[in-house]
Amino acid sequence: MKKSIIIIAGFLLPVLGFASGGASFPNDDITIDWDDKASMQRGARTFVNYCMSCHEASYSRYNRVGADLEIDDAQVLENLIFTTDKYGNKTKVGALMTNTMSVDYAAEAFGVSPPDLSLIARSRGVDWLYNYLRGFYVDESRPFGMNNAVFEKVGMPHVLADLQGSQVPKMGMRMDSNGEMHNIIVGFDIVKPGTLSKTEYDQTIHDLVGFLDYVSEPYRQTRHNVGTGVVIFLFIFLILAYFLKKEFWKDIH
Amino acid sequence: MSKDKSNKGLLGWVDERFPLTKMWEEHISKYYAPKNFNFWYFFGSLALLILVLQIVTGIFLTMHYKPDGAQAFISVEHIMRDVDWGWLIRYLHSTGASAFFVVIYLHMFRGLMYGSYQKPRELIWLFGMFIFLALMAEAFMGYLLPWGQMSFWGAQVIISLFGAIPIIGDDLTLWIRGDFVISDATLNRFFALHVIAVPLVLVMLVVMHVIALHEVGSNNPEGVEIKKHKDENGIPLDGIPFHPYYSVKDIVGVVVFLILFSSVVFFMPEMGGYFLEHANFIPANPFKTPEHIAPVWYFTPFYAILRAVPHKLSGVLAMFSAIAILFLLPWIDRGKVHSIRYRANSFRWLLTMLVISFIGLGYLGALPPTEIRTFFAQVFSVGYFGFFLGIWWISKNEKTKPVPERIL
Repeated sequence: MKKSIIIIAGFLLPVLGFASGGASFPNDDITIDWDDKASMQRGARTFVNYCMSCHEASYSRYNRVGADLEIDDAQVLENLIFTTDKYGNKTKVGALMTNTMSVDYAAEAFGVSPPDLSLIARSRGVDWLYNYLRGFYVDESRPFGMNNAVFEKVGMPHVLADLQGSQVPKMGMRMDSNGEMHNIIVGFDIVKPGTLSKTEYDQTIHDLVGFLDYVSEPYRQTRHNVGTGVVIFLFIFLILAYFLKKEFWKDIH
Repeated sequence: MSKDKSNKGLLGWVDERFPLTKMWEEHISKYYAPKNFNFWYFFGSLALLILVLQIVTGIFLTMHYKPDGAQAFISVEHIMRDVDWGWLIRYLHSTGASAFFVVIYLHMFRGLMYGSYQKPRELIWLFGMFIFLALMAEAFMGYLLPWGQMSFWGAQVIISLFGAIPIIGDDLTLWIRGDFVISDATLNRFFALHVIAVPLVLVMLVVMHVIALHEVGSNNPEGVEIKKHKDENGIPLDGIPFHPYYSVKDIVGVVVFLILFSSVVFFMPEMGGYFLEHANFIPANPFKTPEHIAPVWYFTPFYAILRAVPHKLSGVLAMFSAIAILFLLPWIDRGKVHSIRYRANSFRWLLTMLVISFIGLGYLGALPPTEIRTFFAQVFSVGYFGFFLGIWWISKNEKTKPVPERIL
């Protein structure tokens, strides 16, 4: 048995080497701290102020966000809700996080309708988002004068430019996984500073991505808590089940 | 059963009208199973457990899910966010689908190791293969329902395979989809088939699988027939009643399984994109093909065989043959000895080759094809089919070891 497992593993090992990845810049990994409510609150603020004019989180409700991020309803109404409902009244606290931009208008303005961001952290991953939102650079050939190092020719303008400032890419020769050399972006130079320093901007994006990660799966902490209890219960059950089996089987030889 | 021991009271009343005690004894308390079941014999009862789990969670999902092209994706997120414990029910169901295949593949591997498909258990194997087929149909249709990008494009790819069939191909795909593309019509019929038609077939097949098993009796790791040696009461000497012995033993298996299962459900329900693919968190968009379309992991071995063949129709045929050939296994294997313990060494090598090929194909089927990957997929495909050819070849004059008369 052991021998055959080793043989099987040996045969399959070279196959694993097939996976290859190209390095792009920026290429940083982040860890989201789900207990850092202050960070997520800041992320929520950035989200409603900068993202929600065009994007929605239409599967998520304001008061759910409020409850999970420890923001009370009055504060949610004051700080997170800037829209009105179809009767012209201020959007209610239990409403879904939608905006009023029509799909047709969005498609005309940006060439593509801005995606709903409720699940973007689950489809793209938090690292991608973190790099993407820090990867805008000046490119006059693009309609909005900006391109993105992570998502080339993206239709989205650099909404956070006043925070980050404008940057231009530094090019350099790098070898890809096939051993071929390419002239790619290896860094950025700020040409026009924004209102935030680089560290502050990175933190702002970290907060925002943290919020997007939260909103993609708001029940995740409940899931972990319940899961811990379930697994502990099962381990205790296992001990009992094992001794029950042993007791019944003691006369079988 | 015997009249003198007939029950009184409510049970006696029922027994005079319905064979309740008789069935209980036949299938549970007086079903004599070999006493030497090992680790590999847990997977049958686990498969039954998962079937029940899928049906129960499925019923609750149906209460909130909307089979409508415009609402399906939203309704799943509604279940995840707004329905109390909806996330748990959905993750149990999605993880259950993958767990079902894990358990079934191991259950089938057990059958291969110990010759559980051989005479006189050919029908058990055949019913089992039909269960496997129904399960694949069930999983495939279920995967369309969340109406994400992978749901849509995965179904698009698989249904288009039928288009490779000469003459009727195009009409057949049109008939399956009910539209010229995957659409609301497809979603609705897949929903109907997924929640009622295929589950009914599955449950009936499982009943037949178990009835056939209990008629013939269980095989065991030694591959000897326990019914050959009975005591004066007609009870196999090496048999023990399923209840309480295997019922209490299976509880241990169930708990261990549930620990592993819960670890996935609660701590990694996406399983790194293998159980829930990342692209499936984007709503289905008929105008935007994803960069890389991969079926869910349990289909990837067969998908890799399809892609390994350069010609489309031949590829489709190869893929379907890979499943069809399993049906024929009881007749391909001409050996008389059941268990791997007493079969020739060549059998062990062939089985090892099958496992390597199957895992290799599964791995490659999940990745975008490159020249080197396609080459390896071809090698593994040959390995997969080579197993069956090899079994047929070696089983004619197999140098087996002496099989014991009884279980020691």
